[in-house]
Amino acid sequence: MKLELRGLTRRFGAFTANDHIDLTIEPGEIHCLLGENGAGKSTLMNMLYGLLEPTEGEILLDGEPVTFANPGEAIEAGIGMVHQHFMLVPVFTVAENVMLGREQTRGLGVLDRRKAAEVVRELSSRYRLEVDPTALVESLPVGVQQRVEIIKALANEAKVLILDEPTAVLTPQEIDELMEIMRALKAQGTSIVFITHKLREVKAVGDRITVIRRGKVVGTAPPSADEAELAEMMVGRAVNLVVDKDAPEVGKPVLEVSHVSVVDSRGHTVVNDVSFEARAGEVLGIAGVQGNGQTELIKSLIGVMRPDAGSVTLEGRDISRRGPRDSLAAGIGYIPEDRSHDGFVGAFSVRENLVLDLYRDDAFSRGLSLQRGAIEENARERIEEFDIRTESMETPVSSLSGGNQQKVVVAREFSRPLKVLIASQPTRGVDVGSIEFIHQRIIAERDRGTAVIIVSTELDEIYALSDRIAVMYDGRIVDTVSPDVPREQVGLMMAGAHQQPAEKGSA
Amino acid sequence: MTGSARWAAFLPTVKMTVAAIFLALVVGAFLIISSTPRVIESLQYFFSYPWDFFRYSAIAVWDGYTALLDGSIGSWGSLERTVERAAPLICAGLGVSLAFRSGLFNIGAQGQLLLGAIAAGYIGFHFDLPPGIHLVVAALGAIVAGAFWGGIAGWLKAATGAHEVISTIMLNYVARFLILYLLAQEAFQRPGSDDRLSPPPADSATFPTLFDVHLGVVLAFLAALGVWWLLERSTLGFEMRAVGANPDAARTAGMRVPRIYFLAMAIAGGLAGLAAVMAVLGQGSSLNDNIAGTVGFDAITVALLGRATPLGTVLAGLLFGALSSGGLSMQAAAGVPPELAQVLQALIVLFVAAPALVRGVLRIKAEGDGGTVMAKGWGS
Repeated sequence: MKLELRGLTRRFGAFTANDHIDLTIEPGEIHCLLGENGAGKSTLMNMLYGLLEPTEGEILLDGEPVTFANPGEAIEAGIGMVHQHFMLVPVFTVAENVMLGREQTRGLGVLDRRKAAEVVRELSSRYRLEVDPTALVESLPVGVQQRVEIIKALANEAKVLILDEPTAVLTPQEIDELMEIMRALKAQGTSIVFITHKLREVKAVGDRITVIRRGKVVGTAPPSADEAELAEMMVGRAVNLVVDKDAPEVGKPVLEVSHVSVVDSRGHTVVNDVSFEARAGEVLGIAGVQGNGQTELIKSLIGVMRPDAGSVTLEGRDISRRGPRDSLAAGIGYIPEDRSHDGFVGAFSVRENLVLDLYRDDAFSRGLSLQRGAIEENARERIEEFDIRTESMETPVSSLSGGNQQKVVVAREFSRPLKVLIASQPTRGVDVGSIEFIHQRIIAERDRGTAVIIVSTELDEIYALSDRIAVMYDGRIVDTVSPDVPREQVGLMMAGAHQQPAEKGSA
Repeated sequence: MTGSARWAAFLPTVKMTVAAIFLALVVGAFLIISSTPRVIESLQYFFSYPWDFFRYSAIAVWDGYTALLDGSIGSWGSLERTVERAAPLICAGLGVSLAFRSGLFNIGAQGQLLLGAIAAGYIGFHFDLPPGIHLVVAALGAIVAGAFWGGIAGWLKAATGAHEVISTIMLNYVARFLILYLLAQEAFQRPGSDDRLSPPPADSATFPTLFDVHLGVVLAFLAALGVWWLLERSTLGFEMRAVGANPDAARTAGMRVPRIYFLAMAIAGGLAGLAAVMAVLGQGSSLNDNIAGTVGFDAITVALLGRATPLGTVLAGLLFGALSSGGLSMQAAAGVPPELAQVLQALIVLFVAAPALVRGVLRIKAEGDGGTVMAKGWGS
């Protein structure tokens, strides 16, 4: 099926999210949509999927103009979408999830589970999407859950499949598998719209690349285009993809983590006897696939979570059981992985968020009274220094783009003297231009003699910043290696290759 | 933000509130019509003289609403009554608003108010202190008692995670039966009487009046100013709002969330206690089993209508005070059941809570949201 967008425009009040977008997706093509966060990719796809009504322009399927009032109509017309956040019911089986919304019954309202399972089996063998139809979705790894989403779309006879940032949650191995699946789908004539901001993936799998910036199509490119060129189109200026850094001047250990274990509320040991030290002037990267204990480890480092065993000492003082207030006061800077959850208060203004953990400081309050002048001055300076794009300092942070939200958090954490900087996914959902900037600031902080700990699920980021790499798998630090070790080896360690054969068939 | 930009941000909220009040008055008009005997009678000969029905309806609505206006702001006397009725609503409403901004749904203003009333009343009639000092002691006693009652719910939440909606509702019952019990004790009854009625507070513990308005009402406006300062200009308010909007981020930023919950509930209780000061010491009322009326519950509505801001709460409190004061005149002058005033209050809040409905009926274009305050669910 051929999908065409002609002059598609969407305005929100005075703001134009999509400005006359023209796009043609040929049958059996993998069309990459490349753009920074906030460039308007999601708005475009939401119009295509019937979630938003276009202000202007039209959508054509095989030359016929169509309009979708809701996703149901889009699905009916053969458009399938795999969202960034999966729309699956965790306590249902794969087959139940696939038949959800179009349940078939065998008289008397009895669900025909066998039929649904057959559909799943049929689709999974045709497209090499290995999945067990009777498995509970919550028991499946993220990569397999994504396959279920794809099967769901295919079961609805999708001819055009939209994948919205599908690789964000996957391991390097799972990404390779997803690309195989995409190629198989393409071979059978399915068109794919692949939304991403990762240049490497675009080049690996795309047939054609359309770059969107500030709601407009700024150009198309073949997959042979080089990365720097694509990045420049995306950001609108030349981007330095490699972080400039000198060899570290490693000092003495600042933060010592010894034998830390964390047991979660369900009784699983999520952090298992982890020990390491962070040294002044050095970046320690903690690599690992989402959900292997990094979140809990970091939370116990800054005192939000209490470790069940072990100790965390900062310059000889145990801080693991004192709570975040003490950890921050002791000189730890913290960039949480889920910024909107832990990093800022969305309803608060930029000005307020820039002092969210600094307001106790003498500079910003006297007794009970906040020093408004100083707080405003601070906001002005940080906005300037970190190039935070905001209408004013009174704008609520929730209405900034992801990259600028992250800059607010980064600006705040860098605005006091630090001994240790812990940054978890510091550039997740952040545009290329801001990534460059945030990375530079992190390295600058390292060079000032701060011990830096970076947690990231993206190997690119780990390799760009780290002086040492610790790999976490299943709650343990599997190994600590130098960044000279090839990526493939670290990728295998992230998938647990040290302990068990690849997770094949674990579904 | 400049003044005009700030105003522009509030405009949709103001518009929606005015629209809700208008719609409530329209619905109220139909209620007036259907509860006026002459109009109902005219329906029996509607097909012979339809004009009578419309004429009588119009007269009934006109009479009803002019009486409402007259009884609320039409004369010095009615203005007085409006302000005096508004003052406790404002205080207790401020307590609910403050808790709301801290992420707590304080249903317990009624109980906190009752505790405050017990303290104010007892200190007022039992002790013999010099004028002025007596008043201050009684008022402080009421505030402390209210804060204590609110603080219990806050402490339960902070220490055990008990949901404040449940604990405050339960504490309301406890407070209600506590005052009933106390009124059955001799220490709280008038000498030689078995009625559930305490002696009135001594003159030395009642507010002086100026132009027939007791000066306690000034405290309501001062309290609003204080709550505004606390929320917008103080570190504690900064913490409260942060905890209310995103407790996880607040905790990560080093704020002590349980402590904030406790303080917010204690201050909210103190404000409800201040409402009791007005109810009891304003005009020297004796304690009885209906001393708080429904002020503590109306306070929730006032806070919701006022969007949990101090200014909004003051305005909503004045509106409700006017409706309650005007409701009396409606009955006296136009024969409209006084309950209509309460129905109007309920309708206004209902329409405010359903902005889409108001927009649909009045064909107002959506711009931003109506600014309804949202409470947290049970799970959080």
